[in-house]
Amino acid sequence: MQWTEFIVFTVLFLLVTVLGFFAAKWKQGDTLEHLDEWGLGGRKFGSWITWFLVGGDLYTAYTFVAVPALMFGAGAMGFFALPYTVILYPIVFLPLVRMWSVSRVHGYVTPADFVRGRYGSHWLALIIAVTGIVATMPYIALQLVGLEAVLRTMGLNGSGILGHLPLFVAFVVLALYTYQSGLRAPALIAFVKDTLIYLVIIVAVIYLPSKFGGWGEIFGDAQAKFDATPTPADGTLLNANNQLQYATLALGSALALFLYPHSLTGILASRGRKVIKRNMVALPAYSLLLGLLALLGYVAISAGVKPITNQATGRPDTNTIVPVLFGQEFPSWFAGIAFAAIGIGALVPAAIMSIAAANLWTRNIYKEYVKKDATPAQEAKQAKLASLVVKFGAVAFILFIDPQFSIDLQLIGGVMILQTLPAVAIALYTRWFHVWGMIAGWVVGMGWGMYLLYTIPNAAAGKNHFGGSALALDKLSLLGWHPFGGSTVQIYVGFVSLVANILVAVVVTLIARRMRVFNGTDQTTPADYHVDEDSPRVKVIAGH
Amino acid sequence: MPSAPQTSGLRWSNWNLLLLVPLLMLITPFFNTAKPAVLGLPFFYWYQFAFVPVGVLCVGLVFVKTKDEPVEHGADHLAVDDLDAGDPKKGKH
Repeated sequence: MQWTEFIVFTVLFLLVTVLGFFAAKWKQGDTLEHLDEWGLGGRKFGSWITWFLVGGDLYTAYTFVAVPALMFGAGAMGFFALPYTVILYPIVFLPLVRMWSVSRVHGYVTPADFVRGRYGSHWLALIIAVTGIVATMPYIALQLVGLEAVLRTMGLNGSGILGHLPLFVAFVVLALYTYQSGLRAPALIAFVKDTLIYLVIIVAVIYLPSKFGGWGEIFGDAQAKFDATPTPADGTLLNANNQLQYATLALGSALALFLYPHSLTGILASRGRKVIKRNMVALPAYSLLLGLLALLGYVAISAGVKPITNQATGRPDTNTIVPVLFGQEFPSWFAGIAFAAIGIGALVPAAIMSIAAANLWTRNIYKEYVKKDATPAQEAKQAKLASLVVKFGAVAFILFIDPQFSIDLQLIGGVMILQTLPAVAIALYTRWFHVWGMIAGWVVGMGWGMYLLYTIPNAAAGKNHFGGSALALDKLSLLGWHPFGGSTVQIYVGFVSLVANILVAVVVTLIARRMRVFNGTDQTTPADYHVDEDSPRVKVIAGH
Repeated sequence: MPSAPQTSGLRWSNWNLLLLVPLLMLITPFFNTAKPAVLGLPFFYWYQFAFVPVGVLCVGLVFVKTKDEPVEHGADHLAVDDLDAGDPKKGKH
């Protein structure tokens, strides 16, 4: 047990707990009994709050432990996180402001609300909502993996169910203040989280390399380690087989990120179009941080870090390498701050994700199918309860199922959420795609994506299925026809399935248009997509 | 292409093309080499780090240069009234 670390961690954890409960009173609206308030913080966050909130939301604790762990294990491939988070902002810059405007005019809270309004189809909206919830759940569970990596490094590494107890306590606390304060809680805590993260990473990146003889030495050590392994797939540079995977994974991840409901929650909570645009310019500061952090995976190689064996599963957990590196190389009080940064870094996105999933449940399932005449207060109540269910569902995932399962599921989740691109993102620009085209495309993209993921083995992890997202082109078959037979070049499954999705959507759209099938009613007007905060056309916040 | 009229759903500015520049980062053969290294960082790594400011610059330029695009502000009474008329679905208060 590492007491100094534990005490620093606990003090900081208590501080954010107080903030979490206090947040209910922060920038208070007339009522918390409305989704605009509980679920979107009153739709009035300015540039700074949005920067911390969205930054805290996108760059999660799991990212912070998993990306260096991937570098540690596989080398250059893990660096895809940098291009992913650099090309992200130019790609979403224009669509996001359109999404904000149309949502502000019509009071949409979730991406499925938009789809419902744009196409008038509750079936399409249901598909989008369910996809969002299913993709978000394992993502929440992964935040727990990040938090647990820190707790176990501090010595809270018990075995069996009891070994998960510290995690359970932390999550109960989180669930309670999210229930009470809604989105304001993670927004306020994000200030603490991001300040700590910046502090820790900057210190780590300046201090640690000099300890191991500079970056030149560190890259040399890393290359030596990769050369010593039997597999040719790792190394400090990409090889002929994984370059396409690198590019398509970065692109696919960038396209997917703002399709996740929790990312949109942060955007819809902002005050206006300028706030979003400014943030698209300023958020890459986090990308820089993530890139530097990724390199700590190599520093861990130089430092001879050994991953801790998770007593609950009995296997070494590579996600512990960054916490172990900090514990090994920093004085214990600073290691405590570093652990708190990662631990609190898990709470912020977990809170936002559970709120986003709760909003989807409430708006697009409960109000659509269970209680059509629900008042705003009933909606808020339902969402608060749903956020509890979602969080305890995530804890149950970790408690009763192998954490590896949530990692697999998150991989699957990324491929799934990409399939909502035509309905959520392309629909912001055009209604050319037919409802039935998009539903057919979703079915094919989802089915084929899942099938391809199922077929990918991972020899290193001793798995026959769901062994990763890199598909050898050789294995790509269209009903038995192998267009790239013999090729060992790898590609991201999400990308392949998205292309299939769009092709099917185009074909079915052409057919449906030829047959003049009704394409739903559009609630939005072209001008809705350009409305700004000071327009009289925006909907009253927390009205009926 | 000039800016489309006020009521159109799409508004285009050529500055938006700058948003495509960061996508160059995806062409891995351009930078998948170790040399030249800077501060011990292989080319592969610092080249991609250099794209962070490039991305910021591109998005920032588009933001600044398209600031004056027509959006729906409070001042556009005519357009707003026109659009609101006879649209009971809005459910505003």
